[in-house]
Amino acid sequence: MLVIKAHVDKVIELDNQIFLLKIHCSEIASKIRPGQFLNVKVSDTIYPLLRRPFSVCDVKGDYFYLMFNILGEGTKMLAHKHAGDLIDIIGPLGHGFNLEGDYDTAIIVAGGLGVAPFPYFIKALDGGKNINCFIGGKTYKEVIMHGMKNISVATDDGSLGFKGNIVELLNSKIDMLKLKRIKIFACGPNAMLRNLKEFCIRNEFECEASIESAMACGFGICQGCPIQSSERSDKYLLICKEGPVFNVKDVII
Amino acid sequence: MSKVDLSVNIGTLKLRNPIILASGTVGYGNEISEFVDLNTIGGIITKSLSLKARKGNSPQRIVETPAGMLNAIGLANVGVERFLKEKIPFLRKFDIPLICNIAAGTIEEYVECVNILNAEETIKGFEINVSCPNVKKGGLQFGNDIKAVGEITGKVRAATRKPLIIKLSPNVSYISEFAKVVKKEGGDAVSAINTLVGTSINIFTRRPKLSNITGGLSGPAIKPIALAKVLEIYQNVDIPILGIGGIMGWKDIIEFMITGSSAVQIGTLNFINPSASKEILKELENYCINERIGKLSDITGSLKT
Repeated sequence: MLVIKAHVDKVIELDNQIFLLKIHCSEIASKIRPGQFLNVKVSDTIYPLLRRPFSVCDVKGDYFYLMFNILGEGTKMLAHKHAGDLIDIIGPLGHGFNLEGDYDTAIIVAGGLGVAPFPYFIKALDGGKNINCFIGGKTYKEVIMHGMKNISVATDDGSLGFKGNIVELLNSKIDMLKLKRIKIFACGPNAMLRNLKEFCIRNEFECEASIESAMACGFGICQGCPIQSSERSDKYLLICKEGPVFNVKDVII
Repeated sequence: MSKVDLSVNIGTLKLRNPIILASGTVGYGNEISEFVDLNTIGGIITKSLSLKARKGNSPQRIVETPAGMLNAIGLANVGVERFLKEKIPFLRKFDIPLICNIAAGTIEEYVECVNILNAEETIKGFEINVSCPNVKKGGLQFGNDIKAVGEITGKVRAATRKPLIIKLSPNVSYISEFAKVVKKEGGDAVSAINTLVGTSINIFTRRPKLSNITGGLSGPAIKPIALAKVLEIYQNVDIPILGIGGIMGWKDIIEFMITGSSAVQIGTLNFINPSASKEILKELENYCINERIGKLSDITGSLKT
């Protein structure tokens, strides 16, 4: 775990107000694993006060990428960064995806900005396994395909791809999914993940999900990001430390 | 050897410098030790410990606010027995005064916690949390009740000879009245201030953002209030004060000391810059050199009015 100041290389605007921040930092680029995250201070003043957690989106050589949309003042500041600006980062944090396992095909399920950790994941996995991506959004505007492959799309309003939610789309392909030895990797809103967990348990699919939470520190001291353990009713797990990637069986989303 | 004497005393407790890491912002020391050499810090205060382990509040527990944050953790902790068994062995490795923060739902429970922890030599003092705003039982219900604060102080005092610090609530009209009672009942020092009660609302769902509805406000937003409370205590009661509330750097520490603090606690800053104290210590020393101050503790209460 490092506390490090790194230079912004550039900010790339994808479609639909989605941004990629490219940062030069060999120390983090060489260490971070898919699904791990970084806690980023977007300014060097007290506004905004707290760091912002971002999954690593991609790694290329000494550079890594973060994907974000403009949600508030902090991400607005990030979108206006210039080449050479310094940003303060803590990371790599948390546990990423477990790429190992007895499966042939990785099924990626991502809702909205939930695609963020997968370009790097796909790169890390490529060659060894087949990959199918299922991407969901409320409308075509929220569907992000950057760095994804073998894509199937679902939108709530039917403006792109399958009309309905992402789990309904998976359900419509259940026969195909059952023919393969699959493992599901997911990231997206909690409502989607809850739905997906139920689908995976019903069909006995292995599933790991990256879960988002408000947090202050990102490394376990603020205790601000609890998630209920399924095993022990008296225990919360910390999303920053024991996650952000969990086997969906282990947590109550 | 440093040219400047940064050491401070709080009663019989001697600290190598005035920086204490605040309760609830450093867990039990293990995570923060990855960022900062604990042997360079003045002291460390554990997360609030209760007699039995507490699960804490359901999410959402944290909300960012302008220059601050609200937390409603709900005193999640391992309980005193597991603390002794699992956390003390790690903390024993450091040459740093360890202060245990205690939270309880009844006066007897405070005493029982202290009785269990008192024999452990690594523990150099106790900070009694009479002012957690995030639990239904205990917490603020004590912090707002001057009689209860007096009774807790007196009964815990009878149970230990180790330095006893009472962490005061700012959610009262006259905080110095509480400090007076602490002194009268044998407390060695007060921490001022705990967090202020606050809330934040999602305007689309019209629900509070925190599951606990309200939380404790911390961070630079509360610093002016904390300074005023420290000053009120300093001007009215002769008791050492551990100043706490929104410290983000060395200048804030100097400000708290001039206002009357013998030592200070760093809280929210640990979440943002867990290695900050290293830089801060260097700057404190530079300030003393530039201002020709030989002993930092001389500035405590040096406010000119």
